[in-house]
Amino acid sequence: MADTMAPQMAQAAPGAHPGATKRDFLKLTTAAFAAVGVAGIAWPFVASMSPSRDVLALASTEVDIRPIATGQAITVMWRGKPVFVRNRTAEEVQEARAVPLSELKDPATDQSRVQRDSWLVMVGVCTHLGCVPLGQKPTDAKGDFNGWFCPCHGSHYDTSGRIRRGPAPSNLAIPDYAFTNDTTIRIG
Amino acid sequence: MAIGLHDSQVSNPVLRWIDQRLPVVTMMQKEYGTFPTPRNFNYFWNFGALALINLVIMIATGIFLAMNYQPHTAHAFDSVERIMRDVNFGWLIRYVHMNGASMFFIVVYIHIYRGMYYGSYKKPRELLWMLGVVIFLLMMATAFMGYVLPWGQMSFWGATVITNLFSAFPIVGPEIVTWLWGGFSVDNPTLNRFFALHYLLPFVIFGVVFLHVAALHITGSNNPLGIEPKGPQDTLPFHPYYTIKDSVGIVAYFALFALLVFFMPNYLGHPDNYIPANPLVTPAHIVPEWYFLPFYAILRAVPDKLGGVLLMFGSILVWFVLPWLDTSKVRSMRFRPVARIFFFLFIVSFFVLMWAGGKPAEQPYVIISQLATAYYFLWFLVLLPVLGKLEKPLPLPESIAAAVLGTKAVLGGGPIPQAVAAKPMEKA
Repeated sequence: MADTMAPQMAQAAPGAHPGATKRDFLKLTTAAFAAVGVAGIAWPFVASMSPSRDVLALASTEVDIRPIATGQAITVMWRGKPVFVRNRTAEEVQEARAVPLSELKDPATDQSRVQRDSWLVMVGVCTHLGCVPLGQKPTDAKGDFNGWFCPCHGSHYDTSGRIRRGPAPSNLAIPDYAFTNDTTIRIG
Repeated sequence: MAIGLHDSQVSNPVLRWIDQRLPVVTMMQKEYGTFPTPRNFNYFWNFGALALINLVIMIATGIFLAMNYQPHTAHAFDSVERIMRDVNFGWLIRYVHMNGASMFFIVVYIHIYRGMYYGSYKKPRELLWMLGVVIFLLMMATAFMGYVLPWGQMSFWGATVITNLFSAFPIVGPEIVTWLWGGFSVDNPTLNRFFALHYLLPFVIFGVVFLHVAALHITGSNNPLGIEPKGPQDTLPFHPYYTIKDSVGIVAYFALFALLVFFMPNYLGHPDNYIPANPLVTPAHIVPEWYFLPFYAILRAVPDKLGGVLLMFGSILVWFVLPWLDTSKVRSMRFRPVARIFFFLFIVSFFVLMWAGGKPAEQPYVIISQLATAYYFLWFLVLLPVLGKLEKPLPLPESIAAAVLGTKAVLGGGPIPQAVAAKPMEKA
């Protein structure tokens, strides 16, 4: 019955495509509902793989910075990754701020990368392929720019953690952090 | 079979290229498109498709649960609580899996009932039926081991009781139980292997389902009349007629499933399983999940350890020989006025056992279980073989078309039904 009526219906509909039938409309409508249904079912499964609430609850780290003397650095664990906290000397700050932005691969002023002049807080993961650069210990290789040097593929970072030479595309990332008081920072 | 490219009828060039080399499109069209299917299915014939969908749901939710589950006695219970509280939509995925098990057994019990009532197990479908019994046994093993994984009190004591069934066997019994446990009680090694097997068995089930469906497509489906289609006037192409009819059933199935998951997710479970497993204290009243209750009642009905275990296993194994126990030439119970009454009594005995299995092991439930168990076996071992010889069945209709279409089919012969069957082909 429906099939025999279909051509008349199609002709009656304004702006209908020639040859389109009621059956075509029903098929498309059904497919659209099915697609929405499948997406709705898939969503909880996909979302279940995102960080769960207990993982998110551990997503910030507090650091006591009192023990870090000028010129020293520590590495803390935040979200399973190393974070470099460096108490820079006045010379290191000077050195970083003297560089013209035109020389930088990923231009950023030193001021934009710190909250307090001497304290540099960065995610210690090379932006090339994820190795941890050297430079935290006094005995480490610090690269050609007196900052950090990634041993995996030879990326050089300066005293502001900016990429200066090598394959890495961008500066070492700055995490969200805040000084909760003069001696404590909270990362994340 | 000729060597070379398959002679594909597909018009889309990309699909055609694939179909010539691996004729999956042709196969799907043959097995699920034009597949000739008896025209007189009722809604009982939805349940095979529903069972397959349920299996897919169980595997999908199970894989995502396994991503967050820890198969260790010290972490299992907590990891399940973490799934319920911390994992995004973890509560939904677990409740779907948990109630999915119940839905699976509801669907499969109806599917088995359908097979028994309409005689789907009879020649030439004996092997198809036996593969189904294998699937049911695998389902029971899978469900049992899955219930152990949350490591609650019911998990632990269910595992203890069920594995101890094997201790009933003389001489080797205790050794078998130690081997099953991997220790001297249900403990971490037991939990680990149950998790591994619970993950494996659904894929084994999937494989046997494939064989089940392959065998079905050799013999074709049975139907409510229990007579074979004699020609095109007795069948319809599977698509769109039964894809649509199955879809209607799927909507109803999903509605019931959603009702359970969203409004009464713990209705079919047992609250004691939210108490962490304690090997030192057995709960006062331990029962298996509802779908095992009939068999549990048979176990408890027998006042002998080995006898109870044998009868319990026997109550399912007897299904394997059902095609030979039923001596009647007539498939459908519609045409067996006497056997039908005793068949419904058998169904009653099954539900009585299910009810009694959930009651404490005391009178009057024991005597009720014993009577129901006696009838259960009486039906299979005595009534079914004897009735096939003694009963005079009602006359069978001439053909499916004659029964469905009445005089039109008898007078008009081919033309009318053929025109009906040809309709979808016009659109294709």
